[in-house]
Order: sequence, then structure tokens, then C-alpha cells
Amino acid sequence: MMKERTRNIKTQRVFSRLQIGLVFGFLLIYFVVIAYPLIWMVISSFKDTATIFGDTWGLPQEWKIGNYATAWDLGISSYFLNSVLVTTLTCFITVLISAFAAYALSRFEFKGKMFFFLLISAGLMFSPQVSLVPLYQLTQDLGIYNTYWALILPYVAFQIPLTVLLFRAHFLGIDKELEESAFLDGCTSMGVLFRIILPLSTPIVLTATVLISFFAWNEFMFSLVFLDDDSLKTIPTGLLAFRGAVSTNWGVMLAGLTISALPIVILFLLTQKYFISGLAEGGVKG
Amino acid sequence: MRKKKITPYLFLLPSLIIIILFVYYPLIRNIEYSLFDWNIFSIAREFIGFQNYQHLFQDPVFFTALKNNILYAIFSVVFQVGGGLIVAAILEDKIFSRFSKIFRTVYFIPVLISTTIIGLLFTFIYEPQGMLNQLLTSIGLEEFAIGWLGNSTTAIYAVIGVSQWQNIGYIMMLFLVAIQRIPPTLYEAASLDGASKIQMFLRITVPAVKETMIVCLVITLSGAFLVFNEIFILTSGGPGNASAVLGMHLYNEAFIHGNMGYASTIANVIFVLTLFLALIQMKVFKTGKE
Repeated sequence: MMKERTRNIKTQRVFSRLQIGLVFGFLLIYFVVIAYPLIWMVISSFKDTATIFGDTWGLPQEWKIGNYATAWDLGISSYFLNSVLVTTLTCFITVLISAFAAYALSRFEFKGKMFFFLLISAGLMFSPQVSLVPLYQLTQDLGIYNTYWALILPYVAFQIPLTVLLFRAHFLGIDKELEESAFLDGCTSMGVLFRIILPLSTPIVLTATVLISFFAWNEFMFSLVFLDDDSLKTIPTGLLAFRGAVSTNWGVMLAGLTISALPIVILFLLTQKYFISGLAEGGVKG
Repeated sequence: MRKKKITPYLFLLPSLIIIILFVYYPLIRNIEYSLFDWNIFSIAREFIGFQNYQHLFQDPVFFTALKNNILYAIFSVVFQVGGGLIVAAILEDKIFSRFSKIFRTVYFIPVLISTTIIGLLFTFIYEPQGMLNQLLTSIGLEEFAIGWLGNSTTAIYAVIGVSQWQNIGYIMMLFLVAIQRIPPTLYEAASLDGASKIQMFLRITVPAVKETMIVCLVITLSGAFLVFNEIFILTSGGPGNASAVLGMHLYNEAFIHGNMGYASTIANVIFVLTLFLALIQMKVFKTGKE
């Protein structure tokens, strides 16, 4: 009886070790499937076209660092700067006016508060793509078609709902005592927001900034439709023009892709904590 | 504490103006446009009632696109929601905790990278002489080494594959956060009772992340009906219209053929589909907060 039991446990252990091995193998294969194409992109970005075709899997015999300089000069630099500009302005404007709105919705009592709150948060339900045609028309009517504002303003609009929701929830959790004494000392509402509430909200502001940058940096459809000049394009659409410019020079092409992918990956590695908490709280939106 | 009555409205004003102008107003214009026969290349704009909607039913590309979106949805649910949950559950298991951080970081990286970069990278991988076919040939499967994106049967699956490759990590991350909230004592108790890992997964993990699962279902389903970037970059809906999706059809009608009225009609179909999903999600979130 006792013996049989130990044997059962033993076979169970061997079996479960095998299972663990299999599962680990699955994790490793999945790891390779994800990592290899990315590593291949980086390695091949140092090769010339003939080697990429002829020796797909090997390391470059001669590391062509010049591919990066060529890619940068062939347009990546300007797409990069456009993306930085559009992303920075989008973040700044969204955070600022969402903080205003969240402050109103968390610290004041007024008529229509619930209505305005719903109006703003319901914005989450609508996807940018659906409004493509009327927005295209609107950017022309407003005279912002083919300018950075044709991207920034719609980006801000579609990022406000989530940002306000995140900020409002956080502001509601901040103790009001400090503010009340500040008011007694003659501080204005604006002063309270900037000197007391926002400094106490750094983590949520960072979370929101990371989420907004992620959206603005990678947005494709608006950048494709609301801009005409290649010189204004952001990275996601600029790369298509870049593909045309380098056509057969694959190494340069891949160098361009690598430079474009790096900033957001680095930002993620540095801010992983805020990123993931942002995703978890903002899991509301894909 | 004295506050002027108008102050909160002033604080709300910038957000309200931008949201109304760029989110709500276009939705209303979309409905209006869809009732007109309006081509951007001609000045004529004629009210035609619901004819654009009737035209949908005679438009074979619309049905191909809808079919491809549904295919997209099925694959995305299986791989992202199903696969993402399983991977998350494995990574949260104590046995793998030492490797879990590196695995989940790498699995997540494709999510961060713009679809354009991923799309262009995969055009290299899918080339007839590209990496995928070299791999297939080297393991003796040369009969499967075809031009993936140029073949009207495989094109849509090739693009769907790229989407799964890119997005499983996102859903996995959402599940990871949800699983971390499950009290470990539940697993300890179950393990004392002799429950197997699979039993624990089905009886503890799955019920505990039910809400996240619904959120993830809504995210992947609406993602599947909104898909555009990958298709535009990898196939542009081709060959012919074999890999068209609603978003691509909308774009082509509007900006290639100039049919703004009909494009708005397609947009409204997408709008109704995704609004329906968003309402489900809102309902779930409300019940979750009680």
C-alpha cells in the first residue's frame, strides 16, 4: 500500500517534470518566433541587399553601419522629427486640458456635471476610423488639412476621454485638506491645480503620457489621409514614402525600420511600470 | 472656500470644444453623408435616401470584406484571447517565475512597434525567396513555399498571422495583471487538495479573470472589425479584392474612387458593429464596479 503510493508519486513527478519541460519548450519556441524576426531585422540592417538574399540567416561579413546614415538622410530624420513634434504636442495639450476637465469634475459641484462627465467618457466608445471621411472634410473646412494640427487635434480629441477618466479617478482620491488651507491663503483654483493636485499626481500623469505617446507615435490612418506632403509625414506613413525612395536597397530599408522602432521600445523598457498599470487601467481601449 | 459658479465650466470648455468638434460632430456628419450620392471629383451632391445602404447588399467587395473581418475576428479570439490567457497563466506559475519577466517583456515588444514597421518587416519575411520560404524548404516542406501575399487564398491568412504575432502580447499583459490579483492562497489550498495544474487553471484562474476576458473579447473583436493598417501595408486588399476588409474598402471608396457618400455608409456599418461591442463592454464595466 505504502510502496504503491510512493511509486505513484514518483511516476507523477517524472511525468510532471516532462510536462514542465514541454511547457518550457513551448515558451522558448514562442520566444524565438517573436524575437527572431526582430533580431533578424537588426542584423540584416547592417547588410547589403545581395547578402540579405543570399545569406539570410548569417551574420554580416562586413557590418555596414553606413546603412543607418543613408536611411537617416533619405527621410527618416524628417519623419522622426515630425513624429517627435506631433507626439509631444499631443501629449502636452491632452494632459493639460484633461487635467482641467478632471479638476472640474472632481472638485466642483455644478449643473450638468453628470451630463458633461458622460459626454466626455462616452467618447471612448467611438473609434477614429469611423469618422475618417467627415474628419477629412473638417480638416479642410478648418484650413488645417496638410498641417501638423490635422493630426494633433484629432489625436487630442480621441485621447481626452481615457485621460480624463484616469485623472478624475486619481484626483478624487487626493485629500482635500491641503487645498482648503491653500484657498484660505488666497490661492486661486488654477493655483491649487498646478501647485497641489498635479504635483501629487505624477504617476498618473506619467501613465497617461506614456499611453498618449504610444497612440500618437504609432497612429497610421489619419497620418495617411490628413497629410499630403511627404515632408510632414510621421514615421508610420513616412516609412511608406521611404520604401519608395530606397526601393531595392533592403539594408537601408531595414536600418530605417530599426531606427523607427527603437524610441518606443526604449521608452517602454524605461517606463514599464507605468505602461503596464496604464494598460491595466485603460484596458478599456484597444 | 469661495468658488465662482462659472469656474468649472471654464475648466471643462477646452475638452468639450475639442471632443464635440472632432468626435461627435463627425459622427453626425457621417450619417448625413451616407444619404447622399457625393463624389469628391464632381461638384454634384444629390440626396438619395437609403440607396447607399441598399447598394451594400449588391456590392460583392463589401461581402468579401465582411467575410474577411469575420475570419479576422475568429482567429483573433482563438489566438489572442485563448492563447494570451494560456501564456499568461503559464508565466504566472511559480515554476517559471525566474524566466517570467524576460519572456513577458519580449512577448510584449511587438505590441509597441508601429504596424507599419511590423508590416514592412513581414513583407520581407513573406517574399517568395524570403525567410519563411527558406525555412519551409530547409525542413522539407517546399511545396508550401509560395508567394504568401500574392496568392488570393493565402493573402488574408498571411495578414491575420502577422496580427496575431503582433497582438497576443497585449492581451497576455492584460491577463497577467488580472491573474496577479488572484489571492495565492486559492492555489495553495487547491494544491493541498491534490488538484492538477489544468484543474486549477479551469477552476480558479478562468473564473477569476472572467471580467478581463470579456474586456479582451471586446478589444479583439472591435480590433478585428476596425483592422486597416496591416492590410493596407501588406496587401492593400489584394490580389484583386481577396484580402479586402471593411476599413480598406472604406478607404478605397473614399480616397481612390472619391465616393464619399458610399464610404460614409461603410463607415456607419463599422460604427454600428463597434458601438454594439463598446456598449457590451460598458455594461460589463459597470457591473464590475458595483
